[in-house]
Amino acid sequence: MQANMNQKSFLGQVLSWFTTALGRLVVALIVPLFTFLVLWQGYIFLRDSNAPQLVMALVAIVWGVGGVVLLYSATNFVVEQLPREWTRRLQPFMFIGPAIAILVWFLALPTVRTLYLSFMNSTGFEFNGLKNYVFALTDRIMLEAFRNNLLWMILGTGLSVGLGLIIAVLADRSKLEKVYKAIIFMPMAISFVGAGVIWKFVYTYRGEGVGIQEIGLLNAIVLAFGGQSQPWLLIPPWNNLFLIIIMVWLQTGYAMVIISSAVKGIPAELLEAARVDGATETQVFFRIIIPSIQGTLLTVSTTIIIFSLKLFDIVRVMTGGNNGTNVIANEFYIQQFTYNNSGRASAIAIILLIAVIPVMIYNLRQFRERKAF
Amino acid sequence: MSEKSRSFKGQKKTSSLLINAVLIFICLVWLVPTIGIFITSFRDSREIYGSGWWTVFPHKGLVQTAEITLPADTDPNAPITIEGTTATFEEWRNGVKLPDGRTLTWVGNKRSRVVKVEEVKWQWFDTNLTLQNYKDTLTGKTITYTDASGNTIQRQGNNLGSAFINSIAVSVPSTIIPILIAAFAAYGFAWMNFPGRKLLFTVVVALLVVPLQLALVPILRDYTALNLNGTYLAMWLAHTGFGLPLAIYLLFNYISTLPRDILESAFIDGASHFTIFLQLILPLSIPALASFAIFQFLWVWNDYLVALVFLGDKNRVVTSALAAMVGEKGQDWHLLTSGAFISMLLPLLVFFALQRFFVRGLTAGSVKG
Repeated sequence: MQANMNQKSFLGQVLSWFTTALGRLVVALIVPLFTFLVLWQGYIFLRDSNAPQLVMALVAIVWGVGGVVLLYSATNFVVEQLPREWTRRLQPFMFIGPAIAILVWFLALPTVRTLYLSFMNSTGFEFNGLKNYVFALTDRIMLEAFRNNLLWMILGTGLSVGLGLIIAVLADRSKLEKVYKAIIFMPMAISFVGAGVIWKFVYTYRGEGVGIQEIGLLNAIVLAFGGQSQPWLLIPPWNNLFLIIIMVWLQTGYAMVIISSAVKGIPAELLEAARVDGATETQVFFRIIIPSIQGTLLTVSTTIIIFSLKLFDIVRVMTGGNNGTNVIANEFYIQQFTYNNSGRASAIAIILLIAVIPVMIYNLRQFRERKAF
Repeated sequence: MSEKSRSFKGQKKTSSLLINAVLIFICLVWLVPTIGIFITSFRDSREIYGSGWWTVFPHKGLVQTAEITLPADTDPNAPITIEGTTATFEEWRNGVKLPDGRTLTWVGNKRSRVVKVEEVKWQWFDTNLTLQNYKDTLTGKTITYTDASGNTIQRQGNNLGSAFINSIAVSVPSTIIPILIAAFAAYGFAWMNFPGRKLLFTVVVALLVVPLQLALVPILRDYTALNLNGTYLAMWLAHTGFGLPLAIYLLFNYISTLPRDILESAFIDGASHFTIFLQLILPLSIPALASFAIFQFLWVWNDYLVALVFLGDKNRVVTSALAAMVGEKGQDWHLLTSGAFISMLLPLLVFFALQRFFVRGLTAGSVKG
C-alpha cells in the first residue's frame, strides 16, 4: 500500500516534470526524433532485407501508411506544444503543407521544368532553340499522331457519349435497368492492358492454310457470313478504328452513368406534360431530354476528349504505334525512352498541356463563379 | 375510350419489348469478348488453336468418328479411291465430302496414308477444361506446354503471382496515403484561416487537368538522383502526386458542406483542430472517402504508364507484367488469357462489391489529369 502510494507520487512527479517548460521542450524534440528513427529503420529494412516478397510487401504497406499517420501525429504533437498563438498560426500549414509540397514537387514544378527542357537538346544540357517544337509540329510521325488523336477524340468521344446516352435513356424505361447498367459499366474496372488482351484475342488472325481455324471472334463472324478473314490490326487506316472500339468499350459505361443520373434529374412533370400534349417519344428525346442535360453532355464529352488526347496504353499494347496507329502520348514515350531524347519528349508534353489549357481556364472560371471561398 | 387505352397499352408493351431486345443485344456485345478470354483461359493449350472458344458450347460440328489407314501400296501421286469416291491427293488433303455426309481428310504428308473420317454431329459442352494455364502464368519458373502442332515448348514463366503481390503493395498505400493527405488539406481549406488560402486552392483547381506526361521526365530525373527508381515508395509518391488535385477537390466539396454548428460546439468543448478532424470530420466523410478510395484504387491498379516509367522491370506490377507477356508471348493465348483474368480479378471484385460508392464518386467528380 505504502509502496504503491510512493510509486504513484513518483509517477505524478515525473508527469508534472513533463509539463514544465523544459520538459515540454525535451518531449517536443524526442517525439520527432523517435518518429524519424522508426521511419528510417523501416526504410533501411525495406532497402536491404532479403525477406520473402510477401513479408516485404506487408512491411512496406504498414511502413508507408503508418509512416504518414505517424508524421502527421508527430508534427501535430510538436505544433500543439508551442504557445497557443503559434499553434493557431502554424496548424493550418501542418494540415495543407504536405499536400502543397507534394503538388509542387510532382505537378507544379515539373510543368516549369518540362517547359525548360523542351528548349534544350536531347540530354537537356544545351540550348536547342525551337528545334524540338519544329519537330513536334511538322514531323511526318507527329502529323500522323495528330491525325490519329483527332480520330480518337472525335470518333471515340462521339461513339462513347452517343452510345452512353442511348443506353441511359433506354435503360431508364426497363425494369432490368440495374443489370444492363452494371454490364455496360463493368469494363471501367478493367485495365487498358487487360482490355488490350481481350480485344487482341477478338481480332486475332491466323491466316490461310490447310487445317487452320480462325480462333478470333471477329474473323469467325466474317467467315460465317461468307467473307474473308483479315489481319485487322495491320490495315491502315482502319486499324485505328479497331483500336478506338476498345476505348468505346471502356468509356461508354462512364458516359452512361453520368448521363443516366442527369436524365433521372429531369422533372417527371415536364416529360408527362409533353406527352399529354401529344409529343412523340422522338420529340420528347430531342426537344426535352437533350436540352435538359446539355451541361452534363458537355462535361462528359470534355472528360473523354481529354482522356483520348492522353491515350497511351491501348496503342502501346496493341500495336506499339506501328502501321499508322501512332498517337501523341505514345510518341512522347518513344522519344523519351527509346531515343532518350528528353527535349523532344518535353516539347510533346507541352503540346499536350497547351491542348488542355482551355479546360483549365474553364475550371478556374467555374470555381471563381461558385464563390465557395 | 377503353379501346384507345388498350391499344396504347399494347403499344407500350411492344416498345418495352423492343427496348429490352436492343439492350440485351448491346449487353451481349459488351460481355462476349470478356467471356471469350475467360473460357479460353481454362482450355487446353493445344485445343485453343484448333477451334474457337465458342466451340465449348453445344453446337453442331464435325466430329472425328473413325480413321482409315490406306494400304501401303497406295500411290499418293495418282487419283486415289476411298470408300467409292475418287480424288487427287490435294483434294483429299483439303477434305472431301462423301455423298452420305461424311467428310474424309488426309492427315499429314503423302507417306502417312492415314485418312480421318468426320461426321457432322451435335456436340455437348466441352468439359476438357484445365487450371494448368493459371499455374503456368503465376509461376516464374520454367514451364512446358504443347503448341498447336503438338511440339513441346519450354518457356520462362511470367511470374504473375509475384506481380500480383507487387500490385497490392503499390495500390494499397497509393490509395490510402493520398486520401489521408487530401483529407487533411481539404479540412484545412474548408475550416481554417490562413494567408494564401484562396491562391493555393486555385492552384489545386488549375492542376486538376495537367496531363501526367508533363511530370514524368523531371520526376524520373529526381528519382534517379535519389536512387528511388524501382521502389514501392517511388510509386506511392507519384500516384499520390497525380491523384491529389482531384482528391482535394472532391473532399473539399464534401467537407465544406458539413454543418458548421457541429464544429463550433466541438470548439467550445475545447477540442483542437486535430481531434475534431480525426474524431468528427473523418467519420462523417466516410461516403466521400470511400468513393474516392475506389476510384483511386482502380486507377492505380490499372495504371500502366506510371509503373512502366518508374518501376521498369524491377518489382513489376500486373499491368506491366501482362504487357510484357503480350510482347514476348503474343500468340500464346492460353497464357495471355489467364494472365488477363488474373489482372482483372481484384478490380472486378472491388468494383461489383462497392459499385454504389464508385458511381456516387463519379457523378460528384470532374476531370482528372
